[in-house]
Amino acid sequence: MLTPLPTYEDALARFEPVIGLEVHVELGTASKMFCGCATKFGAEPNTQVCPTCLGLPGSLPVLNGAAVESAIRIGLALGCSIADWCRFARKNYFYPDMPKNFQTSQYDEPIAFDGSVDVAVPSAESGGELVRVGIERAHMEEDTGKSLHVGGATGRIHGASHSLVDYNRAGIPLIEIVTTPVIGAGARAPEVARAYVGQLRELLLALGVSDVRMEQGSLRCDANVSIRPRSSAVLGTRTETKNVNSLRSIERAVRHEIRRQAGVLLAGGTVVQETRHWHEDTGVTTSGRVKSDAEDYRYFPEPDLVPVAPEREWVDRLRGTLPEPPHVRRGRLQQEWGCSENEMRDIVGAGALGLVELTVAAGASPQAARKWWLTELARRAKEDGLGLAELPVTPAQVAGVQALVDVGRVNDTLARQILDGVLAGEGEPEEVVAARGLEVVSDDAALGDAVDRAITANPDVVDKIRAGKVAAAGALIGAVMKEMRGQADAGRVRELVLARLS
Amino acid sequence: MIAVPRDDLLRLSASALADALSAGEVSSVEITQAYLDRIAAVDGAVHAFLHVDTAGALAQAAEVDRRRAVGAAVHALAGVPIAVKDIVATRGMPTTAGSRLLEGWVPPYDATVAARLRTAGLPMLGKTNMDEFAMGSSTEHSAYGPTHNPWDLERIPGGSGGGSAAAVAAFEAPFAIGTDTGGSIRQPGAVTGTVGVKPTYGGVSRYGLVALASSLDQAGPVARTVLDAALLHELIGGHDPMDSTSIAGSPPPVVEAARRADVRGMRIGVVRELGGEGYQPGVRARFDEAVALLVGAGADVVEVSCPHFDYAFAAYYLILPSEASSNLARFDAMRYGLRVWPEHDQAASAEEVMLATREAGFGDEAKRRIILGTYALSSGYYDAYYGSAQKVRTLIARDFARAYEQADVLVSPTAPTTAFRLGDKLDDPIAMYLNDIATIPANLAGVPGLSVPSGLADEDSLPAGFQVLAPAECDDRLYRVGAALEAMLHEQWGGPLLDRAPALVGMSAC
Ligand SMILES: [Zn+2]
Repeated sequence: MLTPLPTYEDALARFEPVIGLEVHVELGTASKMFCGCATKFGAEPNTQVCPTCLGLPGSLPVLNGAAVESAIRIGLALGCSIADWCRFARKNYFYPDMPKNFQTSQYDEPIAFDGSVDVAVPSAESGGELVRVGIERAHMEEDTGKSLHVGGATGRIHGASHSLVDYNRAGIPLIEIVTTPVIGAGARAPEVARAYVGQLRELLLALGVSDVRMEQGSLRCDANVSIRPRSSAVLGTRTETKNVNSLRSIERAVRHEIRRQAGVLLAGGTVVQETRHWHEDTGVTTSGRVKSDAEDYRYFPEPDLVPVAPEREWVDRLRGTLPEPPHVRRGRLQQEWGCSENEMRDIVGAGALGLVELTVAAGASPQAARKWWLTELARRAKEDGLGLAELPVTPAQVAGVQALVDVGRVNDTLARQILDGVLAGEGEPEEVVAARGLEVVSDDAALGDAVDRAITANPDVVDKIRAGKVAAAGALIGAVMKEMRGQADAGRVRELVLARLS
Repeated sequence: MIAVPRDDLLRLSASALADALSAGEVSSVEITQAYLDRIAAVDGAVHAFLHVDTAGALAQAAEVDRRRAVGAAVHALAGVPIAVKDIVATRGMPTTAGSRLLEGWVPPYDATVAARLRTAGLPMLGKTNMDEFAMGSSTEHSAYGPTHNPWDLERIPGGSGGGSAAAVAAFEAPFAIGTDTGGSIRQPGAVTGTVGVKPTYGGVSRYGLVALASSLDQAGPVARTVLDAALLHELIGGHDPMDSTSIAGSPPPVVEAARRADVRGMRIGVVRELGGEGYQPGVRARFDEAVALLVGAGADVVEVSCPHFDYAFAAYYLILPSEASSNLARFDAMRYGLRVWPEHDQAASAEEVMLATREAGFGDEAKRRIILGTYALSSGYYDAYYGSAQKVRTLIARDFARAYEQADVLVSPTAPTTAFRLGDKLDDPIAMYLNDIATIPANLAGVPGLSVPSGLADEDSLPAGFQVLAPAECDDRLYRVGAALEAMLHEQWGGPLLDRAPALVGMSAC
């Protein structure tokens, strides 16, 4: 039986949402957490495995120092304290894609704890506000293998005839970052969730510890949501929504879950503590595993590993390698570029902050850099289903194209054709110009003939211009541009047209 | 070349074989063949081996002979054959850990211990029997049937490493690799009249040992002489980057200590808590005589008290099952080993196959300990059980530390009794567990221990063992005391204790 969902506004009028976010980040280390296997994404199944990550009898883990370094840097960047001494623990449960049937993780002794981040949440009215999100902990653990369920309709285990397991992912280093409950965000809770993960993603990129591709699963987000009556001080029962793999989905999933839970409570029901699955296509969550407090992972300290005791000097040295905090960087760039808050939000929202910054550094004006990345290139990325950063064009190349525009060697139309060439792998902008012959013609001799032909072919337009309708000159300019296949200097053509008809 | 008679070949110590090999008096192929023949003759009765690698051992032996013939530098023990407990992963050779769950499993990799044996050129005769996943003190919990004590085939050879101890005692191998989680090297050594050493935790790599209890497991040598044990200890010991718990420092000089065999001025502490009630009179008599011999050789004897040893047994039987329940979780039929389909239908889920396999594959003792450990780690019980046991462990380590302020080594009988009859304690797990009462504290504290034969008990004319314990990373002290005592006892007996063991040749296979 389905109760109709209350509107978001109705839900918020009655209930206060509380959210919490658990983000798993796959580190970009060359080897796995506890063995020397490679971590390349998309390799043939079960080719990046060894006795240790397959959990063969007798195999033992050896901790990857680079992963610990990344964990500490992430912890520091999130304002966390770094443990002087901490251990790994075994999280015991049976699952076919988990080679040892326990996950080597951290339990009550995380490497980093008690931090916070100030998240810039965009707002139409006020131009954005900073919301402080507490970080409870960031801990190290290993990823599991990946099950592929074959024969079912949806790739889910239900209805599948058999399953295949790829252990390439087993043992990839993960950092799990857990927020404290975010209370008091009210109606903006879904936006805070999105902004937090977006900012975290940017931070991890800036740290260079992960490629944070949500669509490839190198950043995975579970959203905990509970609601409580506005009058209540007691937290409601929470659900954990999994499989939320885009920033937009996070916002949608949290929003939906608030409405769903409100619907349950308004209908006199109780919210069940469970994991739920987010469905991108239908925009709803469905019930997964019931998660009771009785679920018992039988944690105990991992006897196969020695404690991690990072020396203070090392931690201090790592602190010196941290990038500028995102909100500081954003403020600084906004000032340097002279952008409005809205323009800045568009840049950040498109994930183009770093790209624009690099393009400006390569010589383009902030306005031009922003224009290319947010219009033309954003369109290409969308067409190809890629992230902006994944387009086969570098910020330096974009700046190179703009430089050609700036000196008048090409116009915008030609510039777009140069980008076509660069994106098609034809080389640097100059090479594309040479190979495609894309330079604008501003030579009067070459343009004059074309202008004369346009005047002859369009007597009615000529009459209008002569009658004082100068705006009609556009039609003649267009004809010349067409004849010159876009390679004419439009400004010069206009001058020539008006000179001949005056 | 001076030919060494075949019977003598079997009686020679590993160190004497090494000398004969390097002097060119005998070839590795001859030695290896002699042992393979001995295995063929007596193992039907003893059942020390689960797998004999005739071809592999002879090939390794021939390779060593070839290297020696061309004057290539080889390890001192190159060509001396060895038996390896079936808990050690050996590439290309079946490794079952005594369990049905691993029947037919051939590891794609070598344990570090196995790799070091291969690199040094020791022909591996085969894999020895053991209690399933090293859980037991009699080898009766092997899924492949018990091993019989060469001193009396109706009796147990100790456990879990009864196969390695029996193989060495029955002259089926000059020496062997064992593993010791609570006494699995030392107690079998005591009841078979052989020498067994559990090194300091971290002294020998655990990489490739099918794990029982990770914080307690330790591989070590099983031999007929203290010097042989030291030579093998030196070969397999030392840092291994594949084992995070492996000790990085330089290993203790065990061979030098065994050769020195001198206890003058050493302070020997007799542990009050390991010797009174429950120890067989004949075992205690041999122990007292051995202590007297050491005093005669110039050692000082003090009595020390380790009050928390009384809780060692209880703590051990919480920590071991807890870690074991987790270590044994990987046997799930997904990637290797036994796979049992549930009876109801073919379209079983992974979970159903897992359940059916574990139900059919684990023996009773393994199930008992998995249940115990799962319970002890459960939330709500963790603090009372696993947590308390870890605290006891700390207290035991403190007891040791205090005792080592008064004594350089501690001594006790290795096991409270001589070998009991097969089947006697199978229905009484607690009685079985109590066999390890004197050996368990060393595993809990990570300190090294050695068992050396102390003679035959008057009641049953069966071997008893003398245990020496030393501080962590002072394994050399074990060998000084062990070798000194061994020399004095051999003199008293007019030869090794094993000379008095019954001959097994001519026995028919059972
Ligand atoms: Zn691996």
